[in-house]
Amino acid sequence: MAKRVGIEVSLAVSHAVQLARAEAIAAYPITPQTHIVEHLSSLVANGDLEAEFINVESEHSAISACIGTSAAGARTYTATSSQGLALMHEILFIASAMRFPIVMTVANRALSGPLSIWNDHSDIMAARDIGWIQVFVQNGQEAFDHSIMAFKIAEHRRVLLPMIVNLDGFILSHVVEALEFADQDTVDRFLPPYSPWHQLDPKKPVTMGAFGMPEVFAEFKMKHQVTLMNSYDQIMKVWQEWGQLTGRAYHPVEHYKTDGAKILLLTMGCLSEVAEIAVDELRAAGQPVGLLKLRLWRPFPFAALREAVYGAELVIVCDRALSVGGAGGPVLSEVRSVLYPVVPHPKVLGYVIGLGGRDVPPEAFKEIFFQAQAEAEQEPSEEFYMYGVRG
Amino acid sequence: MDKFDVASSQKYDVYASRLLPKEEYFVGGHRSCQGCGEALAVRWVCKAIGKDAVIAHATGCMEIVSSGFPQTAWVQPWIHVAFENTAAVASGLEAGYKILARKGKLPGRPPKVVAMAGDGGTSDIGLQALSGAMERGHDFTYICWDNEAYMNTGIQRSSSTPYGAMTTTSPPGKRSIGQATWKKNMVAIAVAHGIPYVATACPSYLFDLYFKVKRAVETPGPAYIHILSVCPTGWRSATDLTVRLGRLAVETGVFPLYEVVDGRYHLTIDIPKLRPVKDYLKLQGRFRHLREPEIDFIQRQVLAHYDLLLKKCEAPYPEFPPLSQTEEGE
Ligand SMILES: Cc1ncc(C[n+]2csc(CCOP(=O)(O)OP(=O)(O)O)c2C)c(N)n1
Ligand code: SF4
Ligand SMILES: [Mg+2]
Repeated sequence: MAKRVGIEVSLAVSHAVQLARAEAIAAYPITPQTHIVEHLSSLVANGDLEAEFINVESEHSAISACIGTSAAGARTYTATSSQGLALMHEILFIASAMRFPIVMTVANRALSGPLSIWNDHSDIMAARDIGWIQVFVQNGQEAFDHSIMAFKIAEHRRVLLPMIVNLDGFILSHVVEALEFADQDTVDRFLPPYSPWHQLDPKKPVTMGAFGMPEVFAEFKMKHQVTLMNSYDQIMKVWQEWGQLTGRAYHPVEHYKTDGAKILLLTMGCLSEVAEIAVDELRAAGQPVGLLKLRLWRPFPFAALREAVYGAELVIVCDRALSVGGAGGPVLSEVRSVLYPVVPHPKVLGYVIGLGGRDVPPEAFKEIFFQAQAEAEQEPSEEFYMYGVRG
Repeated sequence: MDKFDVASSQKYDVYASRLLPKEEYFVGGHRSCQGCGEALAVRWVCKAIGKDAVIAHATGCMEIVSSGFPQTAWVQPWIHVAFENTAAVASGLEAGYKILARKGKLPGRPPKVVAMAGDGGTSDIGLQALSGAMERGHDFTYICWDNEAYMNTGIQRSSSTPYGAMTTTSPPGKRSIGQATWKKNMVAIAVAHGIPYVATACPSYLFDLYFKVKRAVETPGPAYIHILSVCPTGWRSATDLTVRLGRLAVETGVFPLYEVVDGRYHLTIDIPKLRPVKDYLKLQGRFRHLREPEIDFIQRQVLAHYDLLLKKCEAPYPEFPPLSQTEEGE
């Protein structure tokens, strides 16, 4: 039976990984991911999770060892943040190209410099094109649910891609929330034991990681692209199945009070809950505003986003990362280019907010709303806006 | 043949080739250069590790010559991920098989895990991952193909390039004699991790190499083998001198063949009277620019290093205390 517990979100993620019966974990400590792997270590140490925990000497080795455990045929998990994700960078592309269904939690944190342990999305946005499935969660329950569902999605025969569950460092990873735990029976029924499709086995020897000459390289990339896009259907199926089991339904683009909204805020991760408060208050004051929460980042939910903005006049994208010298935040760039071919399309303005742990209260979203509304009436004064930054 | 015995393996030299496996595990058709000592080493190492093994290989010559999709020269299951992480990939493989065995998901004995990388992939960019894997005590064998430079990218120097050698990034010139530093002692670094088996080898001494590799894979815990692999392309040497040059490296004391078992050094090929290093250097274009004073310096250094090695072999105590037997629940 499902039970409600009050628990730190990091620990909830560890228990989700335990319930998913991960068999191999290789991880290296980095704030704010540490509580997840510390707790997993103790679950393994106490025999509560039958798994190998590899205390690697770096994140580069963490993800490399994960490729090893996955190639051996074990269900594999890791977690990291920020500099750790950046150190893995080279290997992240290889993990997905080699189709290893590794599941990773990224407790999102700013990339140095200056050094900051606090939350934003610059770590994952720098790893946007690694060819993994990527989702964002906004609260502890979602973090728990998606950590279990990720294994089922990643390991599906028609997917076989690694998957990242993004959860905001500290402001989500370190808070205690009340959430509903699934019991082991339910998870076991939902997620059967991992049986690898490709594996290094002396009885059936194969060569993995051969290099690609120009005659084949692009075909490999094409296959990767098609597979990642096609994983969408499987993601939807798994989310639906989980919804039927638990009553908690998830969608690639979540809507909040979007009925009749002419202006839409668009957020990712746990600031969405703050934005909801702003939307409540603006709605109460008669403003035609709603909120879109982008949950699925890769594969990008093209159709779902286009449908979600139908009828809106203005979309205000709130990015938690900055493409320095570029077109604002990565989410802004993508949303703009996805909506551009739609005729007529809403105006799309972008705000970069909450970098390096800068607090974003509901008032900030309200202020952004009014400012963007005014900007949209005229030629926008800037390519994008850095909200609440001095100097 | 499980008991390693150099003396008798030496006596076999005349007829023993019939005792070695005929099966090929690194098959022809790969694209290594003519006279490649590294490919020769790979072939014999793969025979020694046998069919119940899984190989993780680093980026480098041996990966590139053997694995252009859709072809492969590898008969054993084989994985290449990147340049610097082979020991980490091998760690994962070993841990993966371990948990599958523990959960009853792996029938039979888990495969032996063998990591392979060049000298650059080992002593430079891969040193951290290797150190981590040795320190954690994974049951695996790590093999370094030492051709004394980054050959795959065009003969750049590594920390394993010998003093005085010309490479494309240690060119001799008005202010340079070539490689300006002494070769990094990877064996000592491996020994310093307190691992049970470390050895040097060279395919010019096939039986010595073969039995060392066999012993390494049979040893529980980490094992490290450093294999001098003559590279005619990078060393600017004649392609028919590959085996000869390996012999000369040993006979001059430039590359002694020894083992370090549980921290105790001993020579496996004893050369009672070393030849002058000049015999070795003069056959290689990479040393062509060296003059008498530099050659003298190299000679003195080689002897000094050899002398220290002999002292280690005579030492009455091991490099690290033996692991006291604990109850291992394995
Ligand atoms: C991170 C990274 N840096 C650089 C390279 C380029 N690179 C590929 S192989 C190689 C040299 C390999 O040298 P070594 O390990 O000695 O093997 P060899 O080719 O000599 O057998 C280099 C520098 C790479 N593949 N990855
Ligand atoms: S460059 Fe040297 S090591 Fe590489 S394939 Fe040619 S001979 Fe062998
Ligand atoms: Mg080399």
